[in-house]
Amino acid sequence: MAKIVSTVDTTKNAKKTPEKEQPWKELGLKQEEYDRIKVILGRRPTSAELAMYSVMWSEHCSYKSSKIYLRQFGEKVTPEMTKNLMVGMGENAGVVDIGEGWAVTFKVESHNHPSYIEPFQGAATGVGGIVRDILTMGARPIAIMDQLRFGAVSNPDTARVVNGVVSGISFYGNCLGLPNIGGETVFDKVYQGNPLVNALSVGALRHEDLKLAKASNPGDLVILFGARTGADGIGGVSVLASETFDADGPSRRPAVQVGDPFAEKVLIECCLELYAAKVVAGIQDLGGAGLSCATSELASNGQAGMRVQLKEVLLRDESLTPEEILMSESQERMMAIVPKKDLKAFTAIVNKYEVEFSVLGEVIREPRLYINWGKEEIVNVPPRSVAHDGPVYERPVSYPVWQDSLNNNSVKNANLKRSNEASDLAEELVQIISSPNQASKSWITDQYDHYVGGNTALAMPDDSGMVRVSEETGLGVAIATDANGRYCQLDPYNGAKLALAEAYRNVASSGAVPVAVTNCLNFGSPENPEVMWQFKQATAGLADGCLELGIPVTGGNVSFYNQTGDIAIHPTPVVGVLGVIDDVARRIPSGWQDAGNNIYLLGITRDELDGSVWSEVIHDHLGGKPPVVDLAAEKALAELLQGASLQGLLASTHDLSEGGLAQTLVESTLRFGMGARIWLNEITERDRVDLTAALFSESTARVIVSVGREDDVKFVGLCEARGIPVLRIGVTDASGQLEIQDLATWSIEELKATHGATIPEFFG
Amino acid sequence: MKIGVVTFPGTLDDRDAQRAVRIAGGEVVSLWHADANLHSVDAVVLPGGFSFGDYLRCGAIAAQAPVMESIIDAANGGMPVLGICNGFQVLVESHLLPGGLIRNENQHFICRDQKLIVENVDTPWTNGFKLGQEITIPLKNGEGGYIADDETLKRLEGDGLIAFRYSEVNPNGSVNNIAGLRNERGNVVGLMPHPEHAVEPGFGPDTPLAMRSGIDGLTFFTSVLNQVVNS
Repeated sequence: MAKIVSTVDTTKNAKKTPEKEQPWKELGLKQEEYDRIKVILGRRPTSAELAMYSVMWSEHCSYKSSKIYLRQFGEKVTPEMTKNLMVGMGENAGVVDIGEGWAVTFKVESHNHPSYIEPFQGAATGVGGIVRDILTMGARPIAIMDQLRFGAVSNPDTARVVNGVVSGISFYGNCLGLPNIGGETVFDKVYQGNPLVNALSVGALRHEDLKLAKASNPGDLVILFGARTGADGIGGVSVLASETFDADGPSRRPAVQVGDPFAEKVLIECCLELYAAKVVAGIQDLGGAGLSCATSELASNGQAGMRVQLKEVLLRDESLTPEEILMSESQERMMAIVPKKDLKAFTAIVNKYEVEFSVLGEVIREPRLYINWGKEEIVNVPPRSVAHDGPVYERPVSYPVWQDSLNNNSVKNANLKRSNEASDLAEELVQIISSPNQASKSWITDQYDHYVGGNTALAMPDDSGMVRVSEETGLGVAIATDANGRYCQLDPYNGAKLALAEAYRNVASSGAVPVAVTNCLNFGSPENPEVMWQFKQATAGLADGCLELGIPVTGGNVSFYNQTGDIAIHPTPVVGVLGVIDDVARRIPSGWQDAGNNIYLLGITRDELDGSVWSEVIHDHLGGKPPVVDLAAEKALAELLQGASLQGLLASTHDLSEGGLAQTLVESTLRFGMGARIWLNEITERDRVDLTAALFSESTARVIVSVGREDDVKFVGLCEARGIPVLRIGVTDASGQLEIQDLATWSIEELKATHGATIPEFFG
Repeated sequence: MKIGVVTFPGTLDDRDAQRAVRIAGGEVVSLWHADANLHSVDAVVLPGGFSFGDYLRCGAIAAQAPVMESIIDAANGGMPVLGICNGFQVLVESHLLPGGLIRNENQHFICRDQKLIVENVDTPWTNGFKLGQEITIPLKNGEGGYIADDETLKRLEGDGLIAFRYSEVNPNGSVNNIAGLRNERGNVVGLMPHPEHAVEPGFGPDTPLAMRSGIDGLTFFTSVLNQVVNS
């Protein structure tokens, strides 16, 4: 064990030793940032203050490179869009009024870098972190989803990451008792050294239970409760810590946090009981930047200050230095602001759950954060300067030098072979539905509990996940997330819009009305001007798209530096859309259930194969321009699905996206094992496309629906009245097979085996 | 008719079990692990989850909870007790049912709609089923592989103590496809699958008729209510 040799760096000491060398560079600060801290404080920072600023001013916590672009999510809005927003961007998660006195809060966050280093714990604590964000708003978390991007299936390291990440999510999410209702899994070599592990959570609350992360009443107590503070997740701050150890002492600080889902489950129930007892005036979870973040944000949000005694923090490891305590990212901790008169009631509840707590200090009127280590003052800062007034950068932006040649290399210009032969096309369909990205993901999703809670109305493999919020009325929410990195590489502006359009369409396909948006923007290094250009384009596309659709962004997360060397990932703006449904009993299945229903294709098919699954799987090609986005058409389609669903006309709806009509037909067949007979000639005639496009084009604003014969006239009339292109392309039947006329016939068993074999083959 | 549903720290399906009791027409009484008082319930459900994080061994710490002392006494006196998943593990750890439950054969957590054959209908929890009936009940566990020594297995088979067997697929490597057991008296039943997740149309397993419409699990709860009413 290393011997502690040095003493604490106090504010007094900082004044006396202005010239002391400090490891600001190793902590990731720039010279001008360090200088700015000195200006704010009128002296050099203490090592504890330096630790706080360095982590709170990091890209991850301060959004310093993205802030100027994220503003437009709050600016490109209409009053109509925000009228149901109870809490917008900037809080732990946005809160949306869904009616009947209910509100929901949802958010998606990245845990990419930890999940590459230590996939199991990285993914597990990613779930834990987002769930605490939701809990912090006063909500009961009700579901989770995960958006995963991995390297090529055939790369040996991919199996390590996939197995670790999936087990981590399964371990943590299942043990928390939250149904995992959907998500995405994509394999692409661009994510080889930079897997993306995004986690989404949604929670529900009554309007009056809304909680905010602020400490505004002087005299209220600052209480830390939950797990003890240990040395996990300290990362870069070790350079400070190392000063206090013998030079040859061991490097002992694990940078990745370790999760204990049981502790978090107990914490959830404990918090909900504290909320119900109304003994909490403000609450904040401890995630990135730990105590530094919680204390400074609570005080800054409340326009107040705080006096904190750091020696009161309950530790797992008594040798932690004050800097490490401030930085520790130990999981399953919360900070509550509790009026003194409520301490007794607070204590009774946390004792019931056998949750440990300690009173660290109290809220003060003066907007200043004072932190003591015993008698020594080690932090004396304006909380706002730490939490909210960090640096903001307008980073250089440049149009990628390779962009034009990539866009010119379209499917057409590259002369990719497209066959009109039935046998070739049938073979291509099989190749596509068994390709890693289009194959069944049930090997993954079967490791997640989607039943717990008893409110899951839709889950994988349906288009969106749906959970009931009110048991009395059936009021519920649907969520879908999407992002196509290939489209975004071709055109980040429209790629982001396409992600929005697809998530919106998926939610509408389930019968819900889309109402709000969250996002997790995964990009390469912001110091690369070409990446910054992609970021600028993607955020503009998403903000413009939301304005066109009339649904607001309620919050989100940015993850930069997803690159190895000079090679960045494809821009991957994961977009989550939340929808509301008045009664989940009305939700629409994604597959065919009954024989003898008519199958209709809604929307127009264009020859849009650039960036498609077909171009990837059949030709290993990426180039050209992604499909055209037509948000007006998406909106009209969503409204039609709404109307038809309210009249009970839709037996099933499934959206068309990656893999085109072919993929959707196979999935609709396999969902319940109901067969169908399909004809393509009317599509090729009406839309003037060849069979390749009819089967595999990824034109947007399209779905297929199945409709009972008795509802046919009504349904077609509805489409025509609303100007939605509608074409009957088949009928469902109990033949046990999928027949695409003049192309091929497959037994359902055969399709199921083909679709299901790929993922277990690589990872099972 | 009062049915107690126990909550340990880490219990997850307690609210689902409570809902199941209500849908079946019973009155729910929440029982807290640290309180030995059973509040005059007529039957007890030990729901699923990860009690005490399943640290040490699944169900091992929960089996030592104050409420379990009372439940063990009541069970020995004939009170109907149903252990679901983690609750089954608690019953095994409490020696109310024999054998043990180990990590699934494939080493993964498994969530699936599972077909079961009802092997015994002479219990308060299964009397509404027909012998040999095939039912579909969601299964979700990481440690559901049932094991027992040869002698115990022989006794279980010989005395008709196997309540449910997995049908079509044995998901976790359980010996003799055992999904659930009863005790000699019949009042204690434990199983890995989750009947409380198949009690309400719209939120259960898929059936050939409609998505998520399976409610085979409801019979567990109506059975016990009928039994208690009749006795």
